Amino acid sequence: MRRIAITLAFIALLCGAGPAVAERLVVSLSNHRVAVTSSFVGEELVLFGTIEPDPVTRPLRPPYDLVVTVTGPRQTLRTRRKERVLGIWVNVDSREFLRVPSYLAILSNRPVNTIANPDTLRRLQIGLDNFLLPQRIGTDFADTVSDDPFRRAFVRLQTQQGLYRESATAVTFLTPTVFRAAIPMPAAVPTGSYGIEVELFTGGNLVARTNSALDVIKTGFEQYVADAARDYGLLYGAVTALMALLIGWFASVIFARD
Amino acid sequence: MQIYLPIADLPVNVFLILGMGLAVGYISGMFGIGGGFLMTPLLIFVGISPAVAVATVSSHIAASSFTGALSYWRKRAVDIALALMLLSSGILGTATGVWLFTELRALDQLDLMIGISYVTLLTVVVALMIYESVRAILRTRHGMPATLRRPGSHTWLHGLPFKLRFKRSKIYVSAIPVWAIGFVIGFVGAIMGIGGGFLLVPMLIYFLRVPTATVIGTSMVLTLVTMASATLMHAATNHLVDAVLALILMVGGVIGAQFGARTGQKMRGERLRLLLGLLVFAVGCRFAYELVVKPDDLFSLRYVESG
Repeated sequence: MRRIAITLAFIALLCGAGPAVAERLVVSLSNHRVAVTSSFVGEELVLFGTIEPDPVTRPLRPPYDLVVTVTGPRQTLRTRRKERVLGIWVNVDSREFLRVPSYLAILSNRPVNTIANPDTLRRLQIGLDNFLLPQRIGTDFADTVSDDPFRRAFVRLQTQQGLYRESATAVTFLTPTVFRAAIPMPAAVPTGSYGIEVELFTGGNLVARTNSALDVIKTGFEQYVADAARDYGLLYGAVTALMALLIGWFASVIFARD
Repeated sequence: MQIYLPIADLPVNVFLILGMGLAVGYISGMFGIGGGFLMTPLLIFVGISPAVAVATVSSHIAASSFTGALSYWRKRAVDIALALMLLSSGILGTATGVWLFTELRALDQLDLMIGISYVTLLTVVVALMIYESVRAILRTRHGMPATLRRPGSHTWLHGLPFKLRFKRSKIYVSAIPVWAIGFVIGFVGAIMGIGGGFLLVPMLIYFLRVPTATVIGTSMVLTLVTMASATLMHAATNHLVDAVLALILMVGGVIGAQFGARTGQKMRGERLRLLLGLLVFAVGCRFAYELVVKPDDLFSLRYVESG
């Protein structure tokens, strides 16, 4: 009995919702492995889940709000700004965004700023404006205000490529306790490990959270070529050059006019 | 049909790329050039990053120039001694070009450099080409013979030391301009993703007075070797050569070139040169436009590293 109580307290602590824990999230992803093949043009993954009372005797407290945050493998990107110099447009200024997600989707059932107050959103890094995107500023690393021009441009460019998104319609409640979230994977999705964070709110408070993961992998020929190019550059170049010669020779044989 | 390019990291339509290969191949066959100066901008236009485009096109040009070189070789229209002399400095030029390419990429100025190089180079070439072909057309219209090469006429270039005799081309020139030309072609080829055929042919004719019989064959051998080594160096240093993209381009290119060559043989030389001049001019304008006009987006992203 005591052990159960400790376990429950521990879960409650993990859930970060204090002793008033009443909900538990059970989620399942349609596919944990996205294979990027030569015919890959993007894919949509579906995350299903239910909200269960915890412990089972506790009543549920609908209505609920749900936020799903999907983050791709981290990478460092440089945002450059052009300015006119002597009549032509030149990259003058640049900022490096350090170890930021290569893919970032914030999916919810309604706009995140209506789900919780700004402080909570900021603390939990919910929404594109609140997600931590550290920049290198001189020798310092820090995230700037969300309307910093470089940060805005960075988020906008990533959004244009379909890599960053914030959708207030991607999560739908099928019943008050059963939900479905559509996770779009664009064609240019980076390969690597992705983390999925599912956060449940009611009345503006976080009441439960869980996480899941998925992998995006290049398979077959694409993987082989990309690995070869990176690991055996010289050999890869030699093979490509030989291929060029072979095709050139082949053409001259086929089309030879005597 | 979409295919995912492993190095460029984006899906493209196979038929679009194949069509581009065919079209550029047709033009390259018609004018006897590699077509890199058209292919690189086209690839950039469909969304492939300038760096990957430049690196990949070098292998495409290697393929098409090999086809050309083989057929000129059979006709014994290659001056191998001259080609080797040009190559000795051409390889050095390519290596310098690849090194500068890597440096500029790190400084975020590669795209700008590619743009400026195109504008400067193409403008100069165009001015010369149009001037030359208009004069030739006018001359034939007035009933005068169109002679490009006047035997016995010498320029200051012929006064330089280290003179060498090239038997097949029947010329006797200093090694210095030969090396200089080789270096320049190798260098711009690596920076701009062009074979330099459209530069090399006029340079050989005007500066070295190489006869038309051997000029194209020799230029193709040079293009072949510089572009094959550029492929090798780009792959080894920048890892930017996309073999899948290159393969599609090559297949389209070599087929297109065969048909282009047939059309080209039916056309008059001066008209052909004028047409080529106009084409180069159009590409130059496109790059100039991009440099001068305020871009839609002042910001751009560049991948630095993972993790």
